[in-house]
Amino acid sequence: MSTVAMITARGLFGRRRALLLLPLPLLLVGLAAICRAYDLSPDQWGEAVIVGLGFAVVLPVIALIVGTGVLGSEVDDGTLVHILTKPLPRRDIIIAKYAVAVAATAVTTATPLFFVGLLAGSADLGAALAVAAVAGSFAYSALFVLLSLLTRRPVLLGLVYILVWEGLLGRFLSGTRVLSIEQYVITIAHKISPTPILDAEVGITTAVVMSAVFVVVCTIFAINRLGSFSLAGETS
Amino acid sequence: MTTQIEPTSPAVTPAAGPGVVELQNVTKWYGNVVAVNDITMSLGTGVTGLLGPNGAGKTTVLHMMAGFLAPSRGTLTIDGKPTWRNPGVYRDLGLVTEREAVHAFLTAEQFVLACAKMQKLPDPAGAARRALELVEMTDAAHRRIGTFSKGMRQRTRVAAALVHEPRVLLLDEPFNGMDPRQRMHMMELLHRLGDNGHTILFSSHILEEVEQVAGLVQVIVAGRLAASGDYRKIRRLMTNRPHVFAVRSSDDRRLAVALIGEKSVSGIEIESGGGLTVRASDYGSFTRALPRIALDQGIRLQKLVPSDESLESVFSYLLEA
Repeated sequence: MSTVAMITARGLFGRRRALLLLPLPLLLVGLAAICRAYDLSPDQWGEAVIVGLGFAVVLPVIALIVGTGVLGSEVDDGTLVHILTKPLPRRDIIIAKYAVAVAATAVTTATPLFFVGLLAGSADLGAALAVAAVAGSFAYSALFVLLSLLTRRPVLLGLVYILVWEGLLGRFLSGTRVLSIEQYVITIAHKISPTPILDAEVGITTAVVMSAVFVVVCTIFAINRLGSFSLAGETS
Repeated sequence: MTTQIEPTSPAVTPAAGPGVVELQNVTKWYGNVVAVNDITMSLGTGVTGLLGPNGAGKTTVLHMMAGFLAPSRGTLTIDGKPTWRNPGVYRDLGLVTEREAVHAFLTAEQFVLACAKMQKLPDPAGAARRALELVEMTDAAHRRIGTFSKGMRQRTRVAAALVHEPRVLLLDEPFNGMDPRQRMHMMELLHRLGDNGHTILFSSHILEEVEQVAGLVQVIVAGRLAASGDYRKIRRLMTNRPHVFAVRSSDDRRLAVALIGEKSVSGIEIESGGGLTVRASDYGSFTRALPRIALDQGIRLQKLVPSDESLESVFSYLLEA
């Protein structure tokens, strides 16, 4: 693990905001367990829990907390300067932070989604949801790490993307789904383990290619932005 | 009255030849606000103080030197290399910002060691140990930075900035939050680094600190370089202001009578506690004439001290100019 990744990981899990990562996965698994305990059919609760809560809320919100935490917090409190005043290519810094964000998001979302899939159907469905969550972690993290460098309010802008773009516009305007990571995640999970619980709205090629585009474009843009990182002077 | 100090060009060249840090006609503006206006300066080895009132543009200059702001116009180089979008310069550059944020969850040792590793030093542990020794933080090295006082955090940040022994060290208000002993130690450290051939530039709003640490100053007023060089020499170049001397002799009254006839003397006061305050329009002429007059009169000079060569006087004169 690189020194930048070590500092990032310790900073992420050493802050109180890391506690925010726990309730949502617990709620997700808890709801699925309750439904299962009451012998409800997965057709009755699967979509609401997996898509409505898991893919629409838990995955993007955790990615937002982590993605903005690995870089945005250091930008806010000024500690990023200690990393930037080193002769490290900015690419290495972004990749280290991105890797920590992806790993933390993937572990905290893929694990509960696997158990939810297990409770809703089978280990295959669980594995499909977990793989889709990992794919989503890559795309969301790239987007939210970039947002940390584009704006001083990355969490607010991230919530606008999750709630307005994906949650609201994605429901009513089919064209917006092409730029919706949530739709890619649903499609990938459905492709791996087809189930009526998941309603794929975009093709698998679109989902995979666009996920990759999100990762590559956001990462390159973030590297470029970090290269021009400015500290405010007295007059600014 | 006009001063001889040119607003944008150094009055006194601090070092012969090209400096380690070079600014050529550097200007920085934010929208229609000009923060730094056409500054040209050259920093060689040794300690230089960056002075100026709040909002003068000191931090903007330091941030541009450190590669954290792009000049709107002009060039800024360290060892001939531009600092903006050039992370390679940090092999030879250390920065201690005014904002004292440090990774509070790390111990001082972990923090400085992490900096040494990010510098890719051959012996990061040894370098971290030496840097912590230098700032006298060895005893507290295993404590989390979050538990440190302001001064201890500051020293830890200095250790981190020095761990790779950079040729150039930039410090923004480095004495903030330090107690008098720590302040003294930091001053000694900067002196030592300057004597060892490092190029140190530090900003401070406390004139006594600058006076004690740096003979060379860069004075920035309203974004412009008001003066540059040894502040005592700058004072002597201000010929529009009479130089003030405290003089004590074996016969102050007789010396006053003799001095009033001297062309370079513009005023004399006899102090109630003994001694004279002499105002001279020309520093060189007066200091040459005084011993001659005293000798002619058979008066023994006991004290001759320029009483307005303090940095504070120079600084206030420059602000008024």
